[in-house]
Amino acid sequence: MTDSNNDHGHDDHGKGHAPFIAHHFDDARQQFDAGKLGIWVFLVTEILFFSGLFCAYVLYRNSNPEIFYEAHFQLDKVLGGANTIVLLFSSLTMALAVRASQLGQKSVVIVNLLITMVCASIFLGVKAVEYSHKWDEGILTRGYFAFSGTPHHAASDNMFGISDYLLILSIVPAILLVVFLAIGIIYKATNVPKKAQFFIYLSIMMAGYFLGALAGKIYMDVKPVSDHGGDSHNKVAHADEHDESHDHEDGEHPDEDHKDANAGETKDGETRGGETKDGETKDGDTDVTEPVALTEKQRRVGIFFSIYYCMTGLHAVHVIGGMIALSWLLWRSINGHWRPDYYGPVDYVGLYWHLVDLIWIYLFPLLYLIK
Amino acid sequence: MANQDHHGDHASFAHPAPLKLLVAVFVALVGLTILTVVANDWPLGSFDIWVAMLIATVKASLVALIFMHMFWDKGINIVVFGSSFLFVTLFIGLTLMDRSNYRETMDDFPISSRPAESDYVQTSTK
Repeated sequence: MTDSNNDHGHDDHGKGHAPFIAHHFDDARQQFDAGKLGIWVFLVTEILFFSGLFCAYVLYRNSNPEIFYEAHFQLDKVLGGANTIVLLFSSLTMALAVRASQLGQKSVVIVNLLITMVCASIFLGVKAVEYSHKWDEGILTRGYFAFSGTPHHAASDNMFGISDYLLILSIVPAILLVVFLAIGIIYKATNVPKKAQFFIYLSIMMAGYFLGALAGKIYMDVKPVSDHGGDSHNKVAHADEHDESHDHEDGEHPDEDHKDANAGETKDGETRGGETKDGETKDGDTDVTEPVALTEKQRRVGIFFSIYYCMTGLHAVHVIGGMIALSWLLWRSINGHWRPDYYGPVDYVGLYWHLVDLIWIYLFPLLYLIK
Repeated sequence: MANQDHHGDHASFAHPAPLKLLVAVFVALVGLTILTVVANDWPLGSFDIWVAMLIATVKASLVALIFMHMFWDKGINIVVFGSSFLFVTLFIGLTLMDRSNYRETMDDFPISSRPAESDYVQTSTK
Protein backbone atom coordinates (compact mmCIF):
# COMPACT_ATOMS: atom_id res chain seq x y z
CA MET A 1 0.00 0.00 0.00
CA THR A 2 2.53 2.58 1.12
CA ASP A 3 4.98 1.28 -1.45
CA SER A 4 2.69 1.97 -4.36
CA ASN A 5 2.02 5.42 -2.92
CA ASN A 6 5.71 6.09 -2.71
CA ASP A 7 6.35 4.94 -6.24
CA HIS A 8 3.52 7.00 -7.52
CA GLY A 9 4.61 10.10 -5.62
CA HIS A 10 8.13 9.89 -6.87
CA ASP A 11 7.07 9.21 -10.43
CA ASP A 12 5.34 12.57 -10.29
CA HIS A 13 8.65 14.18 -9.56
CA GLY A 14 10.23 12.58 -12.54
CA LYS A 15 12.53 10.28 -10.60
CA GLY A 16 10.97 6.96 -11.42
CA HIS A 17 14.34 5.37 -11.87
CA ALA A 18 15.25 6.14 -8.24
CA PRO A 19 11.99 5.54 -6.39
CA PHE A 20 13.14 6.53 -2.89
CA ILE A 21 14.78 9.89 -3.44
CA ALA A 22 12.73 12.58 -1.75
CA HIS A 23 12.03 15.53 -4.04
CA HIS A 24 13.98 18.01 -1.92
CA PHE A 25 17.26 16.20 -2.54
CA ASP A 26 19.30 16.62 -5.70
CA ASP A 27 20.43 13.05 -5.89
CA ALA A 28 20.83 9.80 -3.99
CA ARG A 29 24.22 10.77 -2.69
CA GLN A 30 23.02 14.01 -1.14
CA GLN A 31 20.07 12.25 0.47
CA PHE A 32 22.35 9.58 1.86
CA ASP A 33 24.84 12.08 3.30
CA ALA A 34 22.09 14.14 4.93
CA GLY A 35 20.61 11.07 6.55
CA LYS A 36 24.00 9.89 7.69
CA LEU A 37 24.82 13.18 9.39
CA GLY A 38 21.38 13.01 11.00
CA ILE A 39 21.97 9.59 12.48
CA TRP A 40 25.41 10.58 13.76
CA VAL A 41 23.86 13.55 15.55
CA PHE A 42 21.27 11.23 17.03
CA LEU A 43 24.03 8.90 18.23
CA VAL A 44 25.74 11.87 19.89
CA THR A 45 22.58 12.58 21.86
CA GLU A 46 22.42 8.90 22.80
CA ILE A 47 25.97 8.95 24.12
CA LEU A 48 25.31 12.08 26.15
CA PHE A 49 22.09 10.49 27.42
CA PHE A 50 23.98 7.42 28.67
CA SER A 51 26.83 9.53 29.99
CA GLY A 52 24.58 10.76 32.83
CA LEU A 53 24.34 7.19 34.06
CA PHE A 54 28.05 6.58 33.55
CA CYS A 55 28.69 9.70 35.59
CA ALA A 56 26.46 8.40 38.41
CA TYR A 57 28.33 5.11 38.23
CA VAL A 58 31.74 6.79 38.49
CA LEU A 59 30.67 8.99 41.40
CA TYR A 60 29.09 6.23 43.45
CA ARG A 61 31.88 3.80 42.75
CA ASN A 62 34.33 6.47 43.75
CA SER A 63 32.63 7.11 47.07
CA ASN A 64 31.51 3.54 47.82
CA PRO A 65 34.11 1.14 46.40
CA GLU A 66 33.27 -1.53 48.99
CA ILE A 67 29.62 -1.61 47.91
CA PHE A 68 30.62 -2.21 44.32
CA TYR A 69 32.94 -4.95 45.45
CA GLU A 70 30.21 -6.72 47.43
CA ALA A 71 27.70 -6.32 44.64
CA HIS A 72 29.80 -7.99 42.01
CA PHE A 73 29.29 -11.36 43.69
CA GLN A 74 25.68 -11.17 42.60
CA LEU A 75 26.48 -10.71 38.93
CA ASP A 76 27.29 -13.69 36.79
CA LYS A 77 30.33 -13.21 34.56
CA VAL A 78 29.43 -16.17 32.37
CA LEU A 79 25.93 -14.90 31.55
CA GLY A 80 27.24 -11.37 31.05
CA GLY A 81 30.11 -12.58 28.89
CA ALA A 82 27.82 -14.81 26.82
CA ASN A 83 25.49 -11.87 26.28
CA THR A 84 28.45 -9.74 25.21
CA ILE A 85 29.38 -12.28 22.57
CA VAL A 86 25.76 -12.56 21.41
CA LEU A 87 25.65 -8.77 20.95
CA LEU A 88 29.03 -8.72 19.20
CA PHE A 89 27.81 -11.42 16.85
CA SER A 90 24.64 -9.45 16.15
CA SER A 91 26.87 -6.49 15.32
CA LEU A 92 28.77 -8.64 12.85
CA THR A 93 25.59 -9.81 11.13
CA MET A 94 24.33 -6.23 11.09
CA ALA A 95 27.55 -5.12 9.36
CA LEU A 96 27.12 -8.00 6.92
CA ALA A 97 23.54 -6.90 6.27
CA VAL A 98 24.73 -3.37 5.50
CA ARG A 99 27.37 -4.77 3.18
CA ALA A 100 24.84 -6.96 1.40
CA SER A 101 22.42 -4.06 1.01
CA GLN A 102 25.21 -1.99 -0.58
CA LEU A 103 25.76 -4.82 -3.03
CA GLY A 104 22.03 -5.29 -3.61
CA GLN A 105 21.99 -8.89 -2.38
CA LYS A 106 18.41 -9.13 -1.21
CA SER A 107 18.33 -12.57 0.38
CA VAL A 108 21.66 -12.05 2.18
CA VAL A 109 20.27 -8.87 3.73
CA ILE A 110 17.17 -10.69 4.91
CA VAL A 111 19.10 -13.59 6.47
CA ASN A 112 21.55 -11.29 8.24
CA LEU A 113 18.82 -9.01 9.57
CA LEU A 114 16.94 -12.03 10.86
CA ILE A 115 20.04 -13.32 12.67
CA THR A 116 20.60 -9.86 14.17
CA MET A 117 17.03 -9.75 15.43
CA VAL A 118 17.21 -13.25 16.89
CA CYS A 119 20.47 -12.32 18.68
CA ALA A 120 18.79 -9.22 20.13
CA SER A 121 16.00 -11.41 21.37
CA ILE A 122 18.39 -13.99 22.86
CA PHE A 123 20.13 -11.15 24.69
CA LEU A 124 16.84 -10.06 26.24
CA GLY A 125 15.98 -13.65 27.18
CA VAL A 126 19.25 -14.06 29.08
CA LYS A 127 18.72 -10.64 30.66
CA ALA A 128 15.24 -11.72 31.81
CA VAL A 129 16.77 -14.75 33.56
CA GLU A 130 19.35 -12.53 35.25
CA TYR A 131 16.76 -9.98 36.36
CA SER A 132 14.24 -12.52 37.64
CA HIS A 133 16.94 -14.38 39.54
CA LYS A 134 17.94 -11.16 41.28
CA TRP A 135 14.35 -10.23 42.06
CA ASP A 136 13.82 -13.68 43.58
CA GLU A 137 16.69 -13.04 45.95
CA GLY A 138 15.46 -9.58 46.86
CA ILE A 139 18.28 -7.89 44.98
CA LEU A 140 16.38 -4.76 44.10
CA THR A 141 17.04 -1.06 43.90
CA ARG A 142 18.31 0.90 46.89
CA GLY A 143 14.91 1.61 48.44
CA TYR A 144 13.67 -1.99 48.21
CA PHE A 145 16.91 -3.88 48.63
CA ALA A 146 16.25 -7.01 50.66
CA PHE A 147 19.02 -9.47 49.83
CA SER A 148 19.91 -11.47 52.89
CA GLY A 149 21.65 -14.50 51.39
CA THR A 150 18.51 -16.60 51.37
CA PRO A 151 15.95 -16.40 48.59
CA HIS A 152 13.38 -13.77 49.33
CA HIS A 153 10.81 -15.33 47.13
CA ALA A 154 11.00 -19.10 46.67
CA ALA A 155 11.55 -19.84 43.01
CA SER A 156 10.18 -23.38 43.06
CA ASP A 157 6.81 -22.44 44.52
CA ASN A 158 4.83 -22.43 41.33
CA MET A 159 4.00 -25.51 39.31
CA PHE A 160 6.61 -24.88 36.62
CA GLY A 161 9.53 -24.58 39.00
CA ILE A 162 10.34 -21.29 37.29
CA SER A 163 10.58 -17.92 38.92
CA ASP A 164 7.26 -16.06 38.91
CA TYR A 165 9.09 -12.97 37.75
CA LEU A 166 10.52 -14.81 34.76
CA LEU A 167 7.03 -16.00 33.85
CA ILE A 168 5.69 -12.45 34.10
CA LEU A 169 8.54 -11.09 31.95
CA SER A 170 7.83 -13.80 29.38
CA ILE A 171 4.15 -12.95 28.97
CA VAL A 172 4.66 -10.24 26.36
CA PRO A 173 7.17 -12.21 24.26
CA ALA A 174 4.85 -15.25 24.41
CA ILE A 175 1.86 -13.22 23.25
CA LEU A 176 3.88 -11.64 20.45
CA LEU A 177 5.25 -15.01 19.38
CA VAL A 178 1.76 -16.51 19.12
CA VAL A 179 0.23 -13.45 17.45
CA PHE A 180 3.02 -13.12 14.87
CA LEU A 181 2.89 -16.81 14.10
CA ALA A 182 -0.90 -16.76 13.76
CA ILE A 183 -0.84 -13.73 11.45
CA GLY A 184 1.93 -15.34 9.41
CA ILE A 185 -0.02 -18.55 9.00
CA ILE A 186 -3.18 -16.66 8.00
CA TYR A 187 -1.24 -14.73 5.35
CA LYS A 188 0.38 -17.93 4.18
CA ALA A 189 -3.01 -19.60 3.87
CA THR A 190 -4.43 -16.64 1.98
CA ASN A 191 -1.45 -16.44 -0.38
CA VAL A 192 0.12 -13.17 0.68
CA PRO A 193 3.71 -14.44 0.56
CA LYS A 194 5.62 -11.28 1.57
CA LYS A 195 3.55 -10.59 4.66
CA ALA A 196 3.56 -14.29 5.52
CA GLN A 197 7.35 -14.32 5.35
CA PHE A 198 7.58 -11.12 7.39
CA PHE A 199 5.37 -12.29 10.23
CA ILE A 200 6.85 -15.76 10.37
CA TYR A 201 10.30 -14.15 10.63
CA LEU A 202 9.02 -11.92 13.44
CA SER A 203 7.81 -15.00 15.29
CA ILE A 204 11.26 -16.55 14.80
CA MET A 205 12.71 -13.39 16.33
CA MET A 206 10.44 -13.77 19.37
CA ALA A 207 11.40 -17.43 19.65
CA GLY A 208 14.96 -16.19 20.19
CA TYR A 209 13.82 -14.73 23.52
CA PHE A 210 12.75 -18.15 24.73
CA LEU A 211 15.96 -19.69 23.43
CA GLY A 212 17.96 -17.18 25.45
CA ALA A 213 15.77 -17.58 28.52
CA LEU A 214 15.99 -21.37 28.31
CA ALA A 215 19.77 -21.33 27.92
CA GLY A 216 20.10 -18.90 30.82
CA LYS A 217 17.74 -20.92 33.01
CA ILE A 218 19.57 -24.18 32.31
CA TYR A 219 22.86 -22.50 33.11
CA MET A 220 21.48 -21.08 36.37
CA ASP A 221 20.17 -24.51 37.37
CA VAL A 222 23.38 -26.41 36.73
CA LYS A 223 25.93 -23.91 37.92
CA PRO A 224 27.49 -24.51 41.33
CA VAL A 225 26.16 -22.18 43.99
CA SER A 226 29.37 -22.04 46.01
CA ASP A 227 30.91 -19.10 44.18
CA HIS A 228 27.85 -17.00 44.56
CA GLY A 229 25.39 -15.69 47.11
CA GLY A 230 26.12 -17.37 50.42
CA ASP A 231 29.75 -16.54 50.78
CA SER A 232 29.39 -12.93 49.82
CA HIS A 233 26.59 -12.58 52.31
CA ASN A 234 28.85 -13.78 55.05
CA LYS A 235 31.40 -11.20 54.08
CA VAL A 236 28.84 -8.45 54.23
CA ALA A 237 27.59 -9.70 57.57
CA HIS A 238 31.05 -9.85 59.09
CA ALA A 239 31.99 -6.45 57.82
CA ASP A 240 28.93 -4.94 59.42
CA GLU A 241 28.63 -6.49 62.84
CA HIS A 242 29.05 -3.16 64.53
CA ASP A 243 26.29 -1.72 62.40
CA GLU A 244 23.93 -4.53 63.31
CA SER A 245 24.08 -3.79 67.00
CA HIS A 246 23.31 -0.21 66.15
CA ASP A 247 20.20 -1.23 64.26
CA HIS A 248 18.86 -3.32 67.11
CA GLU A 249 19.26 -0.41 69.44
CA ASP A 250 17.20 1.67 67.07
CA GLY A 251 14.53 -1.02 66.82
CA GLU A 252 13.81 -0.88 70.56
CA HIS A 253 12.67 2.72 70.43
CA PRO A 254 8.96 3.33 70.31
CA ASP A 255 7.82 5.19 67.21
CA GLU A 256 7.37 8.62 68.81
CA ASP A 257 10.87 8.54 70.23
CA HIS A 258 12.04 7.71 66.83
CA LYS A 259 10.50 10.73 65.25
CA ASP A 260 11.78 13.08 67.90
CA ALA A 261 15.23 11.63 67.74
CA ASN A 262 15.13 11.93 64.01
CA ALA A 263 13.92 15.49 64.01
CA GLY A 264 16.77 16.42 66.31
CA GLU A 265 19.31 14.43 64.40
CA THR A 266 18.69 15.34 60.82
CA LYS A 267 22.05 16.98 60.47
CA ASP A 268 23.73 14.03 62.09
CA GLY A 269 21.79 11.66 59.90
CA GLU A 270 22.89 13.38 56.79
CA THR A 271 26.52 12.98 57.59
CA ARG A 272 26.40 9.45 58.93
CA GLY A 273 23.65 8.07 56.80
CA GLY A 274 22.69 5.62 59.55
CA GLU A 275 19.85 7.16 61.48
CA THR A 276 17.81 8.81 58.79
CA LYS A 277 16.28 5.54 57.68
CA ASP A 278 13.56 5.49 60.34
CA GLY A 279 10.98 4.60 57.71
CA GLU A 280 12.98 1.51 56.88
CA THR A 281 13.47 0.32 60.43
CA LYS A 282 9.80 0.81 61.18
CA ASP A 283 8.99 -1.36 58.22
CA GLY A 284 11.41 -3.94 59.54
CA ASP A 285 9.67 -3.94 62.93
CA THR A 286 6.19 -4.48 61.58
CA ASP A 287 7.11 -6.85 58.77
CA VAL A 288 7.43 -10.23 60.45
CA THR A 289 8.03 -12.16 57.25
CA GLU A 290 11.44 -10.58 56.77
CA PRO A 291 13.82 -13.35 57.89
CA VAL A 292 16.87 -11.24 58.67
CA ALA A 293 16.82 -7.53 59.34
CA LEU A 294 19.40 -6.09 57.00
CA THR A 295 22.04 -3.82 58.35
CA GLU A 296 22.35 -0.39 56.91
CA LYS A 297 25.53 -1.31 55.08
CA GLN A 298 23.94 -4.40 53.58
CA ARG A 299 21.05 -2.31 52.36
CA ARG A 300 23.50 0.16 50.87
CA VAL A 301 24.57 -2.51 48.37
CA GLY A 302 21.31 -1.53 46.74
CA ILE A 303 23.04 1.65 45.59
CA PHE A 304 24.97 -0.45 43.10
CA PHE A 305 21.84 -2.21 41.95
CA SER A 306 19.91 1.02 41.45
CA ILE A 307 22.64 2.02 39.03
CA TYR A 308 22.81 -1.47 37.57
CA TYR A 309 19.08 -1.58 36.84
CA CYS A 310 19.08 1.90 35.34
CA MET A 311 22.03 1.23 33.07
CA THR A 312 21.11 -2.27 31.91
CA GLY A 313 17.41 -1.37 31.80
CA LEU A 314 18.00 1.63 29.60
CA HIS A 315 20.27 -0.48 27.45
CA ALA A 316 17.58 -3.16 27.18
CA VAL A 317 15.06 -0.50 26.11
CA HIS A 318 17.49 0.44 23.35
CA VAL A 319 17.74 -3.19 22.32
CA ILE A 320 13.94 -3.35 22.08
CA GLY A 321 13.94 -0.14 20.03
CA GLY A 322 16.57 -1.66 17.79
CA MET A 323 14.43 -4.75 17.29
CA ILE A 324 11.51 -2.60 16.16
CA ALA A 325 13.74 -0.68 13.73
CA LEU A 326 15.22 -3.93 12.46
CA SER A 327 11.72 -5.31 11.88
CA TRP A 328 10.98 -2.30 9.70
CA LEU A 329 14.19 -2.94 7.74
CA LEU A 330 13.24 -6.58 7.36
CA TRP A 331 9.89 -5.65 5.85
CA ARG A 332 11.52 -3.29 3.38
CA SER A 333 14.17 -5.89 2.57
CA ILE A 334 11.50 -8.45 1.79
CA ASN A 335 10.07 -5.87 -0.60
CA GLY A 336 13.49 -5.56 -2.22
CA HIS A 337 13.94 -1.83 -1.65
CA TRP A 338 17.71 -1.72 -1.28
CA ARG A 339 19.99 -0.90 -4.17
CA PRO A 340 23.62 0.26 -4.35
CA ASP A 341 22.45 3.89 -4.50
CA TYR A 342 19.77 3.47 -1.86
CA TYR A 343 20.68 1.56 1.28
CA GLY A 344 20.67 4.46 3.75
CA PRO A 345 18.10 3.08 6.19
CA VAL A 346 20.04 -0.17 6.62
CA ASP A 347 23.20 1.82 7.24
CA TYR A 348 21.52 4.17 9.72
CA VAL A 349 19.83 1.45 11.77
CA GLY A 350 23.13 -0.42 11.59
CA LEU A 351 24.94 2.54 13.13
CA TYR A 352 22.37 2.70 15.91
CA TRP A 353 22.69 -1.02 16.50
CA HIS A 354 26.48 -0.80 16.71
CA LEU A 355 26.14 2.00 19.23
CA VAL A 356 23.95 -0.20 21.43
CA ASP A 357 26.69 -2.80 21.19
CA LEU A 358 29.34 -0.18 21.93
CA ILE A 359 27.58 0.89 25.12
CA TRP A 360 27.35 -2.73 26.24
CA ILE A 361 31.09 -3.10 25.60
CA TYR A 362 31.61 -0.54 28.37
CA LEU A 363 28.78 -1.75 30.62
CA PHE A 364 30.07 -5.31 30.75
CA PRO A 365 33.43 -4.67 32.44
CA LEU A 366 32.03 -1.84 34.57
CA LEU A 367 29.17 -3.87 36.01
CA TYR A 368 30.25 -7.51 35.82
CA LEU A 369 34.01 -7.37 36.26
CA ILE A 370 34.58 -5.55 39.52
CA LYS A 371 37.28 -6.53 41.94
CA MET B 1 37.55 5.98 -1.28
CA ALA B 2 34.36 5.72 -3.28
CA ASN B 3 34.03 9.50 -3.08
CA GLN B 4 36.00 10.28 -6.17
CA ASP B 5 34.33 7.78 -8.51
CA HIS B 6 31.62 9.42 -10.57
CA HIS B 7 29.23 12.27 -10.11
CA GLY B 8 25.53 12.46 -10.65
CA ASP B 9 22.60 10.20 -9.93
CA HIS B 10 24.21 6.99 -11.02
CA ALA B 11 27.32 7.29 -8.87
CA SER B 12 27.84 4.41 -6.53
CA PHE B 13 28.85 5.94 -3.23
CA ALA B 14 28.51 2.71 -1.33
CA HIS B 15 31.66 1.37 0.22
CA PRO B 16 31.09 -2.26 1.10
CA ALA B 17 33.53 -3.30 3.79
CA PRO B 18 35.65 -6.33 2.91
CA LEU B 19 34.03 -9.51 4.16
CA LYS B 20 37.24 -10.89 5.63
CA LEU B 21 37.85 -7.67 7.55
CA LEU B 22 34.39 -7.79 9.16
CA VAL B 23 34.87 -11.39 10.26
CA ALA B 24 38.40 -10.64 11.50
CA VAL B 25 37.08 -7.74 13.58
CA PHE B 26 34.43 -9.99 15.11
CA VAL B 27 37.05 -12.60 16.00
CA ALA B 28 39.23 -9.86 17.54
CA LEU B 29 36.26 -8.56 19.56
CA VAL B 30 35.49 -12.01 20.95
CA GLY B 31 39.16 -12.46 21.77
CA LEU B 32 39.27 -9.16 23.60
CA THR B 33 36.08 -10.04 25.50
CA ILE B 34 37.70 -13.25 26.69
CA LEU B 35 40.88 -11.33 27.50
CA THR B 36 39.00 -8.82 29.65
CA VAL B 37 37.33 -11.64 31.62
CA VAL B 38 40.66 -13.41 32.09
CA ALA B 39 42.46 -10.16 32.97
CA ASN B 40 39.89 -9.67 35.73
CA ASP B 41 41.64 -12.44 37.68
CA TRP B 42 45.12 -11.00 37.29
CA PRO B 43 46.59 -9.37 40.38
CA LEU B 44 46.61 -5.84 39.05
CA GLY B 45 45.41 -4.11 42.19
CA SER B 46 43.63 -0.84 41.64
CA PHE B 47 45.06 -0.76 38.14
CA ASP B 48 42.57 -3.37 36.91
CA ILE B 49 39.81 -0.87 36.12
CA TRP B 50 42.17 0.93 33.75
CA VAL B 51 43.15 -2.30 32.04
CA ALA B 52 39.46 -3.19 31.65
CA MET B 53 38.69 0.30 30.29
CA LEU B 54 41.63 0.14 27.89
CA ILE B 55 40.42 -3.17 26.48
CA ALA B 56 36.87 -1.81 26.24
CA THR B 57 38.14 1.24 24.39
CA VAL B 58 40.08 -0.90 21.92
CA LYS B 59 36.91 -2.92 21.34
CA ALA B 60 34.80 0.22 20.98
CA SER B 61 37.31 1.65 18.49
CA LEU B 62 37.18 -1.51 16.39
CA VAL B 63 33.38 -1.37 16.34
CA ALA B 64 33.34 2.33 15.49
CA LEU B 65 36.06 2.23 12.83
CA ILE B 66 35.11 -0.94 10.98
CA PHE B 67 31.53 -1.93 11.80
CA MET B 68 30.33 1.67 11.83
CA HIS B 69 32.46 2.51 8.78
CA MET B 70 34.05 5.50 10.48
CA PHE B 71 37.33 4.65 8.81
CA TRP B 72 35.75 5.46 5.42
CA ASP B 73 33.31 8.11 6.63
CA LYS B 74 33.28 11.81 5.92
CA GLY B 75 35.32 14.07 8.20
CA ILE B 76 32.30 16.02 9.41
CA ASN B 77 30.65 12.86 10.74
CA ILE B 78 33.80 11.84 12.57
CA VAL B 79 34.11 15.32 14.10
CA VAL B 80 30.46 15.29 15.21
CA PHE B 81 30.70 11.83 16.76
CA GLY B 82 34.12 12.45 18.28
CA SER B 83 32.91 15.67 19.91
CA SER B 84 30.43 13.70 22.00
CA PHE B 85 33.31 11.94 23.72
CA LEU B 86 34.96 15.26 24.40
CA PHE B 87 31.81 16.47 26.13
CA VAL B 88 31.37 13.24 28.08
CA THR B 89 34.96 13.60 29.31
CA LEU B 90 34.29 17.18 30.36
CA PHE B 91 31.02 16.24 32.04
CA ILE B 92 32.40 13.34 34.07
CA GLY B 93 35.76 14.98 34.68
CA LEU B 94 34.34 18.22 36.03
CA THR B 95 31.76 16.36 38.13
CA LEU B 96 34.52 14.25 39.68
CA MET B 97 36.65 17.31 40.41
CA ASP B 98 33.77 18.76 42.39
CA ARG B 99 32.72 15.59 44.17
CA SER B 100 33.94 16.48 47.63
CA ASN B 101 31.30 19.20 47.80
CA TYR B 102 28.31 16.92 47.60
CA ARG B 103 29.74 13.61 48.69
CA GLU B 104 27.94 13.63 52.04
CA THR B 105 24.48 14.28 50.68
CA MET B 106 25.10 11.87 47.84
CA ASP B 107 25.83 8.97 50.17
CA ASP B 108 22.25 8.87 51.41
CA PHE B 109 20.98 8.05 47.92
CA PRO B 110 17.22 7.78 47.41
CA ILE B 111 16.20 7.17 51.00
CA SER B 112 17.45 10.63 51.89
CA SER B 113 14.05 11.88 50.79
CA ARG B 114 12.46 10.13 53.79
CA PRO B 115 13.20 12.82 56.43
CA ALA B 116 10.90 15.11 54.47
CA GLU B 117 7.96 13.08 55.80
CA SER B 118 8.97 13.55 59.42
CA ASP B 119 9.47 17.24 58.75
CA TYR B 120 5.91 17.34 57.57
CA VAL B 121 4.66 15.53 60.68
CA GLN B 122 6.59 17.93 62.87
CA THR B 123 5.16 21.06 61.29
CA SER B 124 1.59 19.75 61.38
CA THR B 125 1.74 19.07 65.13
CA LYS B 126 2.87 22.59 65.90
